[in-house]
Amino acid sequence: MSQRLKLNGVEHEVDAEPGTPLLWVIRDELKLTGTKFGCGVASCGACTVHVDGEPMRSCQTYIEDVDGAEITTIEAIGNTAAGAAVQQAWQELDVVQCGYCQSGQIMSAVGLLTENPKPSVEEIHDYMHGNACRCATYQRIRAGIQRASEIMEG
Amino acid sequence: MTVNTSRRGFLKGATAAGAVLVVGLRPDGALAAGNTQAQINPFVKIGADGRVIAIVKHFEKGQGPTTGLSTLIAEEIGLRMDQIDYEFAPSNPELYANLAFGPFQGTGGSTAMANSFQQYRTAGAAARAVLIEAAANAWGVDAATLDIADGMVTGGGQSAPLGDFVEAATALEAPSEPVLKAPDQWRLIGNADVRRLDSAIKGDGRAMFAMDVHLPNQMVVMLARPPQTGGLVAGFDDSDAHHIKGFIRAATLPNNAAVAVYAEDTWAAIQARDALSVEWDLSNAETRDSSQIKAEILAALEGDAEYNVLKNDPAPMDAAATTVEQTFYFPLLAHAPMEPLNCTIEANDDGGITLHDGAQMPTGPHMALAQIFELPMEKIRINTMLAGGSFGRRATPTADYQVEAALAFMITDRTRPVKLVWSREDDVRGGYYRPAFGHKVKVGLSEEGEIVAWDHRIAGQSIFKGTAFEAMIVHDGVDHASVEGVADTPYNIPGMHVGLTDTKKATSTLWWRSVGHTHTAYAMEVMMDMAARAAGRDPVEFRLAYLGDSTDAKRKAAVLKLAAEKASWGAAPAGRRQGIAVHKSFGSYVAEVVEISGSAEDGVQIEKITCAVDCGIAVNPDVIKAQIEGGVGYGLGHAMRDEITLTGGVVDQSNFPDYEPLRIGDIGAIETHIVPSAEPPTGIGEPGTPPSAPALANAIASTGPRVALLPMVNDGVSFA
Repeated sequence: MSQRLKLNGVEHEVDAEPGTPLLWVIRDELKLTGTKFGCGVASCGACTVHVDGEPMRSCQTYIEDVDGAEITTIEAIGNTAAGAAVQQAWQELDVVQCGYCQSGQIMSAVGLLTENPKPSVEEIHDYMHGNACRCATYQRIRAGIQRASEIMEG
Repeated sequence: MTVNTSRRGFLKGATAAGAVLVVGLRPDGALAAGNTQAQINPFVKIGADGRVIAIVKHFEKGQGPTTGLSTLIAEEIGLRMDQIDYEFAPSNPELYANLAFGPFQGTGGSTAMANSFQQYRTAGAAARAVLIEAAANAWGVDAATLDIADGMVTGGGQSAPLGDFVEAATALEAPSEPVLKAPDQWRLIGNADVRRLDSAIKGDGRAMFAMDVHLPNQMVVMLARPPQTGGLVAGFDDSDAHHIKGFIRAATLPNNAAVAVYAEDTWAAIQARDALSVEWDLSNAETRDSSQIKAEILAALEGDAEYNVLKNDPAPMDAAATTVEQTFYFPLLAHAPMEPLNCTIEANDDGGITLHDGAQMPTGPHMALAQIFELPMEKIRINTMLAGGSFGRRATPTADYQVEAALAFMITDRTRPVKLVWSREDDVRGGYYRPAFGHKVKVGLSEEGEIVAWDHRIAGQSIFKGTAFEAMIVHDGVDHASVEGVADTPYNIPGMHVGLTDTKKATSTLWWRSVGHTHTAYAMEVMMDMAARAAGRDPVEFRLAYLGDSTDAKRKAAVLKLAAEKASWGAAPAGRRQGIAVHKSFGSYVAEVVEISGSAEDGVQIEKITCAVDCGIAVNPDVIKAQIEGGVGYGLGHAMRDEITLTGGVVDQSNFPDYEPLRIGDIGAIETHIVPSAEPPTGIGEPGTPPSAPALANAIASTGPRVALLPMVNDGVSFA
């Protein structure tokens, strides 16, 4: 069935049955591949996107539940102040290794900093707990969030 | 050594799009030992616009060769890092062999930098030489007066971008032995400010992994595989799958190993596979429980060893005043890279086949596909893409997932590309695990607390036996990967006996980040700690007593001392305890001090890890630090709580909720110190992993239990 979807500021008509995870609409139908498939059960965070500004696991978010919502993916998060700061910090510190989880890490980090511009280490750990990185880039993720917080402060 | 700078056929084709210089080295030179074939071996392309492209023969799974090999080329030509790009080499085992593997293209054993260091610098220097000669000709000056820096050729009062000389340079013959820059001329090699070339694209969604391939008209295929190793398809019913929108068809693979579900997209494939009902022939399937496998391995540690790897002389142990003894167990482990396995196959107009793959060992699937499609090697192309991790899993001696994709494609009419996708459940349950191993070690000490005998028994499942690599690794029945890190330890241990017994595999096994060192370092370094404590000696000082005057031992001693110094060994802050381990693997030496708080009963918290590494010349120091950080995390995360278990041959785990990855709050800061070195570069992707778990175990044991049966949560340790 046809459904409207607003993604990265653009309206799309998508052909998806109810119950289709947003992840597969983004990846397979809209061909925006920055949002990753890692586990399918919302336990790794690689598929994180923003729905009305809130980080959500798109593998467990169904197409019928985002009717009318504004969805932002990694491809457009750099247009926000927090997104640009996180991306800059990630590059300064070379946070990435394989990079496959990093779209999700960045989407979550932006969510955290939007909510809490100066998070403590404990707050970073709590918020980022669900984003797995098998390369174990965690210490740079932690440092990257702290650096992005500084950049945002100006 | 003969060096060619031109490859006529290629150049002719490329001229229309602007002159392109291809610098290659004939593999009959020293760069490809033993290979006398005459093909040129191109590593460098330069456009007329002056953009230089490094042709990278190793795949990128995060370990950094795209940056590292580009650094070597940029250094020798005289470029800034923002003036070089990279491309992955095509699959061609003659041109792009891993010089550590023989005529085989692939990445593994932490060899990417070690085998490329000389080769890529030479390629860069050859490019520099012809560019300078072309400029000298154009300006009518002596080439010796010219230099290239920041991509500009300068000298004799003139200066121009190197792109101006590319076309003229293609007509020149490079010197047979280009002069390499001396270490004191290096501006990029060893520079900690050099950034990764793949950072930006991995931070904004542009990076293309194999999972991101969307070819026009492609089908997505998922496989229903048997629940146990050795099972076969007896039949299936796909009537429920026909209700799924996007389902195309289901078919049994020609080898009866799985049922392939073809669909228009991934979600349809997932749903259709769930709707499939498969009847399995389990008559030859594995039916054991992992508890039985564990019991078999532990039993194999008793009695006579199948192979005496090092001499078996009971006399030294008889002379011991006291003995220390410990039995260890290491479970099956999955690699679980973030990007589930996948690859895409399409037919080409010329009758050939292209594989799009995060190809760790292109030569393996290349040969397999040539055989399956009955095509000559040159008709098979492999498009290497970024890989979302691997830890060894994307390189199997059987080319397992590429063969699955090839079989699934073979039985179609081959008009539509086939993209094979594994789910996380397929990955966790899909075999090719780090094999289960047991060690039983007895150390004899003299009255004075010195080691007089070390009896080390190992039992487990050989990785290399029965594979195409057997002849390379297995000698006199001994799989070196089962005993590496013990039988070849740099410690000078008197009265050492090493015995090995192979046990029967319950599932397919595979190298896993650091291969045999994943378990041998643990047994060695925990025993060293136990022996030191039994002798009433400091664990660092005790180890140093067995590291003598050989270069090998001195380098190991140096990292041990450096890590201890930087961690303030013996002076942990109040409430903290430390453990140390040091291990050599893949030519590199790594020592780690793990500092913990809490207790095994109430929850251990890993507060800090201080590392020292000697990996020879540190080409990209920040990448080296990142690899140590990642290697430590990989080692600790699994040692803490992960294992693959079997019930009746069926894998009990299925996804991250029950194969829990290391999480951000699990470990504190990792500090890495690099020992300055003028030795050739050695491995860095793996060597950070082996010492991490024994250092943690030694920290826990300083006031708590001795943990020897992994994962640690199974042996009385809880984590905060």
